[in-house]
Amino acid sequence: MSDHNSASEQTSEHASEHISSLGSCLAIWVALLAGTTLTVAAAFIDLGPFNTIVALTIATIKATLVVLFYMHVKYTHEKLTGLVIVSAIFFLFILLALSMADYTTRLWR
Amino acid sequence: MATAVVSDSGERETYLNSGYGLKSWLLTVDHKRIALLYLMSITFFFFIGGFFALLIRLELLTPGGGLVQSDTYNKLFTMHGQVMVFFFVIPGVPAVLGNFLIPLMIGAKDLAFPRINLLSWYLYVIGGILMIYTILNGGVDTGWTFYTPLSTEFLKTNVISAALGVFVAGFSSILTGLNFIVTIHRMRAPGMTWNRLPLFVWAHYATSIIQVLGTPVVAITIVLVALERLFHLGVFNPALGGDPLLFQHLFWFYSHPAVYIMILPSMGIVSEIVCCFSRKRIFGYKAMTLAVVGIAVIGFLVWAHHMFVAGISLYAALIFSLLSYFVAVPSAIKVFNWTATMYKGSITYQTPMLYAFGFIGLFTIGGLTGLFLACLGMDVHVHDTYFVIAHFHYIMVGGMVMAYLGGMHFWWPKISGRMYPEGWGKLAALIVFIGFNLTFFPQFILGYMGMPRRYHMYPPEFQILNVLSTAGATILAVGYLLPMIYFTWSMRYGDPAPSNPWNAAGLEWQTHSPPPTFNFDEQPVVTWEAYNYDEMDEIPEIREVPVAN
Amino acid sequence: MQTSQAAVDQHADQEHAHENPALLHHFATAEQQKNAAGLGMWLFLAQEVMFFGGLFCAYLVYRYKYFADFGSASQQLDIRLGTTNTVVLICSSLTVVLAIRAVQLGKRMALVFWLLATILLGLAFLGIKADEYAEKFEKHHVPGPSFNYHELLPGQEKFPAAERQYANPHHAEMFFSLYFAMTGMHALHMIIGVGLFGFLAYKAWRGKYTPKYYTPIENAGLYWHFVDIVWIYLFGLLYLIDRHR
Repeated sequence: MSDHNSASEQTSEHASEHISSLGSCLAIWVALLAGTTLTVAAAFIDLGPFNTIVALTIATIKATLVVLFYMHVKYTHEKLTGLVIVSAIFFLFILLALSMADYTTRLWR
Repeated sequence: MATAVVSDSGERETYLNSGYGLKSWLLTVDHKRIALLYLMSITFFFFIGGFFALLIRLELLTPGGGLVQSDTYNKLFTMHGQVMVFFFVIPGVPAVLGNFLIPLMIGAKDLAFPRINLLSWYLYVIGGILMIYTILNGGVDTGWTFYTPLSTEFLKTNVISAALGVFVAGFSSILTGLNFIVTIHRMRAPGMTWNRLPLFVWAHYATSIIQVLGTPVVAITIVLVALERLFHLGVFNPALGGDPLLFQHLFWFYSHPAVYIMILPSMGIVSEIVCCFSRKRIFGYKAMTLAVVGIAVIGFLVWAHHMFVAGISLYAALIFSLLSYFVAVPSAIKVFNWTATMYKGSITYQTPMLYAFGFIGLFTIGGLTGLFLACLGMDVHVHDTYFVIAHFHYIMVGGMVMAYLGGMHFWWPKISGRMYPEGWGKLAALIVFIGFNLTFFPQFILGYMGMPRRYHMYPPEFQILNVLSTAGATILAVGYLLPMIYFTWSMRYGDPAPSNPWNAAGLEWQTHSPPPTFNFDEQPVVTWEAYNYDEMDEIPEIREVPVAN
Repeated sequence: MQTSQAAVDQHADQEHAHENPALLHHFATAEQQKNAAGLGMWLFLAQEVMFFGGLFCAYLVYRYKYFADFGSASQQLDIRLGTTNTVVLICSSLTVVLAIRAVQLGKRMALVFWLLATILLGLAFLGIKADEYAEKFEKHHVPGPSFNYHELLPGQEKFPAAERQYANPHHAEMFFSLYFAMTGMHALHMIIGVGLFGFLAYKAWRGKYTPKYYTPIENAGLYWHFVDIVWIYLFGLLYLIDRHR
């Protein structure tokens, strides 16, 4: 980790508080609404096993837009924020994946 | 040159004398006072859990059901487990020593969120009250593990109040962990880089990761159990299409990492003690820091080794068995490094060091027997026997409690401003060690021979080992009572402690004993590496100002 | 070096305390305090991810086991109300972002306006949810003693009446147990969020938040966006199974 202390490194960030432009706020809003429309429409088309994947993919894209733009993760200098988010997602993934490793293989010979 | 705040009467301001009365304690935001509040409540619950343990051991003196009915026995081991796990071992070291020491060790005035720290204590107390209510209202007999559908469908006892107590205490744990992580990231003194942090702090950092990410899963699981009980949902009920194993997956996803919450802080304590009483830097600082984080991460990957014979798929069992072997590696590295630290050190045998020695030996035995259990073939035979009980008590009691006691002795001068009587300290440590081994070693043999856990009746040929175990428990109890007595005694009659009675490295020793409310007379600036026992002359001295009594 | 750093910190302390009464004593600078609060909030959200994660795990397991029955049960949910609620929450995320913009630009009344708009949208969401719950109650789809489910599996209409397969009522009840647990927990978080924004709107109206200090607004905004994200996944997973049949 960094060599300089935690208190003094903050002062350099004081000036760079990012203010989102009105345009970008609205653009993301439109994108989220479009995603919603798309996911509802896709639900009514038979894509076989891909229905679930499409729904989850669109949901993840929407979530990513919210995290990066609305929650300002894209504009922060703090890499720690990203680490916290990635850790949470990683451990959630472990919970889901290893539990499903049990359920999907229970009936294997 | 540091200058202490001295009142007109010549008395130095400390966190203990800066405000008297109940309100100044119950509404404090000083991390040191909160640590003492926790010390009181945690000791209280230790007594309760210990009381249940004594009843269990008394019952097990005879092969037939002697003192209690089977249903009552179920309540005894359940409440022993729940009180000890959720109200003593998990919060123990972080809430008492972590709270007290982390700001001091990093050179800060307090934790990042002092009011949330106080809230954590109140949540712990509320959870504790719910647990007391459960006990007084007839107890609960699900086993500390709350397995379904027994806990959701078939029991008429106080499952919901017990579960709620654990839920609330869980949030206490989450908030403590959150507070520590932010504190360690944001509140370090100038010059206190990550690679200069004491291993005690690293250990609490790793612990806090587990607390924040693991505890919520058991919290939601408890909510589901309560909902299932109240509304007869079928989430865990096979008769309604549910799977009891889903409960176990969700429960153990937290409860396995929870055991690392229990042990990592204790490992941090041992690192501090071993370095001080060997007068040496830690061997392999980097490896030690990677090990604690590695234990925390890998610890999340192994939970289903508690479910090998519950009905999970063989393929999942194989994966979890392999991962369980991996988690032993960083722990072993730590044991090797402590040993290497002591090699060619100038070792002295004060009480904290005796406890540290005890920890290293007993944790090793506990850890190795964990590998026996990680082995699928072996686990089939010893699962749900006393072998498992012995294994986890070696780690939790031989490990955690030993280190906790060692830490309490090591930092007692800092916390109270008094020295404890060293002779009694050594005696108590010896009694604890003997009592512990006599209690739990026979249990390895009992388990291997087939005595099941959670049974109060057993074949007569097991009696002699059970009697030995109970005798050991009595001795252990004496060993635990002694420090409680002489620590209390020392608050009035003990020798006043200097700032650094052990001549130890670490910022906490660079301030007075006991510390002033804001920890340091002047903001420390760190220019030296951790555990610099070879250059102790270069650490600034502080002017001793006695506390008038 | 030692003393001058300490002196700098002390001076900064006093200076900041003077210009920002919100600076707490144990922080050296307002920036440190803000960054600590932000990190604390993100860690809290990480914990929330795991909290909801347990429910998602249960849902995933049973959806895998009982996919067809879950499809049948999912079709019982009103997709128009679900979609409307999704739109409502997306709009409320926009109003939150606009509120933060307002305080960054020093516009007090705009801040209060956008906070109130967020509350209104949150209440609209809860109202629609209550409506959905009431409908479920009337159709006896609430798990428990009054549960009664007799519906076809998805796509069975095209078969002759005698051969049509019905969904397993126990498995359908499992869907609804998880539906109520997940949306209920989500709604509880919404209620807390609405309450929080109500408190903040009052404080904002009293002029407590300025471009130099608006940390509580920012952190409440993070919380609200998180709750929105949870709903985005809930909507996709609960309402949209097998709709094409």
